[in-house]
Amino acid sequence: MDKSVQLKGTAIRESDIKEGKVLSTQWVPKAQYAWDTGVAIGRFLEELKGGKIIGMKCARCRRIMIPPRMFCELCYQPCREWVYLQDWGTVRSFCVSHLRWDASRMKDPFLPSVIELEGSTKGMGFFHLTGEIDPKDMKIGLKVKAVWKDARERTGAITDIRYFKPV
Amino acid sequence: MGMRKVAVVGAGMTRFVRRALETPKELAYEAAKMALDSCELKLKDVDGVVVGSAVDAFDGFHMKGEYLSDGAGGWRKPFIRHSVGGATGVFSCIHGWMHVASGLFDVCLVLAEEKMSPCQPHPQGAFLTVYDAILERPLGLNLTWIVPQEMNLYMIRNGYRSEDVARVAVKNKRNALDHPAAMMGEELTVQDVVNSEVISWPVHRLDISGTADGATAVVLASEEVAKRITNKPVWVDGVGYNLDTWYWTSRDLAYPVYVEKAARMAYEMAGIKEPQKEIHIAEPYDPFTFKELQNLEALLLADQGKAAQLLAERVFDRDGRMPVCPSGGLLGVGNPIAAAALMKVAEVFWQLRGEAGKRQVPGNPKTGLAQAWGDMMQAGTVVILKI
Repeated sequence: MDKSVQLKGTAIRESDIKEGKVLSTQWVPKAQYAWDTGVAIGRFLEELKGGKIIGMKCARCRRIMIPPRMFCELCYQPCREWVYLQDWGTVRSFCVSHLRWDASRMKDPFLPSVIELEGSTKGMGFFHLTGEIDPKDMKIGLKVKAVWKDARERTGAITDIRYFKPV
Repeated sequence: MGMRKVAVVGAGMTRFVRRALETPKELAYEAAKMALDSCELKLKDVDGVVVGSAVDAFDGFHMKGEYLSDGAGGWRKPFIRHSVGGATGVFSCIHGWMHVASGLFDVCLVLAEEKMSPCQPHPQGAFLTVYDAILERPLGLNLTWIVPQEMNLYMIRNGYRSEDVARVAVKNKRNALDHPAAMMGEELTVQDVVNSEVISWPVHRLDISGTADGATAVVLASEEVAKRITNKPVWVDGVGYNLDTWYWTSRDLAYPVYVEKAARMAYEMAGIKEPQKEIHIAEPYDPFTFKELQNLEALLLADQGKAAQLLAERVFDRDGRMPVCPSGGLLGVGNPIAAAALMKVAEVFWQLRGEAGKRQVPGNPKTGLAQAWGDMMQAGTVVILKI
């Protein structure tokens, strides 16, 4: 198919819609969900509320997994052995994001990070934000520790940890 | 394995544009009709229809397959839709292949579509709905928060600098200048890429493909039908697909082992022992610059940590030893997700038939590979075509 082929498909601009040259219909969905936290994550969140991070150990492959799960997806076996992890660890990877979830820009970037928590098996990552650091100083291998909300403010949510900061 | 030979006999596509006037169904019709016309088949010749589309939340139609079915030629025919996120478009070809190889159909029409522009204010927002509802969404993440985690670790492990991966954008956007569907073709320098806005370090704006609207279709046929209707059937010699764990934070973020597994499955089926010698052209998935290099390594088309050097030595240029993304890829043609990955299959089809016009690679390539990647950064899909 050569460059000279005239393909179908008509490019329009945002302004064509704003100016009424192209008609469009808008709808704002009001979808509401209430997700049950499940067995493993339910316990995990309860522990977060108490200021602790808990993982799960597989009896067969011995992996200590975070987030915890009631079955090991590798061994396909049930898991029962809860293991407390430290609330500090090592940055395995990170980025310096200037984009909010809806792609709008922000001046002060977020530092989403994959953190290997002390006590979990090597290679197990925990996703959260890093803070209280100049983005230029972020690096893989950095030791970071959780900054918790006050006990009274904690609700049993991932946001009970505000972020992680350099040790 | 008792499977029939299957050939690609036709292909078609729409332009890829940031925002299309046409509805998803209209885009589907234009691509599917062009594919049928290209091999002089009518809808009555089609035994079954396969549709691939990644994320319903883009188009804003839940059960998008059913909605698209009329445009895709699915009226009163065996019809099925699949989705493996970004890996969908290449899987579309695999899904069609299954139907013909099994003997169920002689002619299968395969259509991939994505219309991302309806999702407001930006399609990126739809990605929030694919992440863990309890542990991840409350942090307000999107794709540009997690893919760069891979890019960062991949570059550090292999000692690549921003300039090394930026060359992918320079090459692909230049190649796209010769593609009639392209929306992001451009002559750029490496400096243009590394000096472009930092979206999510290490990702610059020009490291990332553009959301788009578009559709692509191919027609697959059994050996008997293929030989009757064309003197240039392009055989589907191998297919492979593989899915890693959904727990993305516990994967090796620097190396997509599931892509390697998909590739090995396809190579084994195609009887390919030395991919670097036996694959003449490749269309690996390039939604981000580093992904092309990382995928080439996982596809065993470059040794680990060597892809950037080969790129710099122009091995992957259109007139290089192994042309990579001669179409212009997602970075150059645009990225209407499922349609973009099936476009890669269509490009290999046109290249092997010598019908790529200004994009035609020299040397009469005989074997080509198309690959895509997706879901929660966990899916690899591979197709090997041969003429």
